[in-house]
Amino acid sequence: MSLRLPAQIKQAMLVHAENCYPEEACGLVAGDRRGLRMAYPLTNVLASPTNYTIDPVEHFRALKHAERQGWELVGVFHSHPHSQAYPSPTDVRLAPDPEWVYFLIGLADRDRPQLRAFRIHDGTITEIDIEEETR
Amino acid sequence: MSTVKIQLPTVLRQHAGGAKTVEATGDTVGEVFADLARRYPALAAQLAPDGDLGVFVNVFVDDEDIRYLDGLDTPVRDDAEITILPAVAGGAR
Ligand SMILES: [Zn+2]
Repeated sequence: MSLRLPAQIKQAMLVHAENCYPEEACGLVAGDRRGLRMAYPLTNVLASPTNYTIDPVEHFRALKHAERQGWELVGVFHSHPHSQAYPSPTDVRLAPDPEWVYFLIGLADRDRPQLRAFRIHDGTITEIDIEEETR
Repeated sequence: MSTVKIQLPTVLRQHAGGAKTVEATGDTVGEVFADLARRYPALAAQLAPDGDLGVFVNVFVDDEDIRYLDGLDTPVRDDAEITILPAVAGGAR
């Protein structure tokens, strides 16, 4: 399984992760049949270094924006300011959608942020290979 | 009695025969959900694990979050659109 990741979407996720540091950053990702189209940097209502909850009203607005463009929400991203880019037991327990891509940004080494992608289905974590696109 | 459209998140669609949008009737969100539960018993268990709105679910009537209206007592007009969203949350541990 692999996923093409446009450079500007990767950049949007990494910038949001860095801007929110030392709190966890979070957001949603929209796409269509052609691929990923947009990363929505959203508010972590918990404003916490170890947990996140996406602001539900912002989630709703992102959904409606995506639908107006003919896109769907296809994934979520969040950062781990002090740990690895791998889903935690809490991430797995709360994962709402087996079809979504779960992007994790690890800032354990802030100068070299890690970005990885996963699917989480029935408590099972499967890594997705990322193919970075230059544009 | 109002007839409304309810947009379901992907996780709930399997409990409604795969439909993205379903219809139900009622004059409040609570009544609509009760009707939905009658039509799709599998959905009822998902929506209300403890007899109230699950904490893992957010509900919007048209463009408004019902937490800022009257919750399950929020009135719905005919042709209203209800959107159910999963809470999106996690942590580092
Ligand atoms: Zn996490």
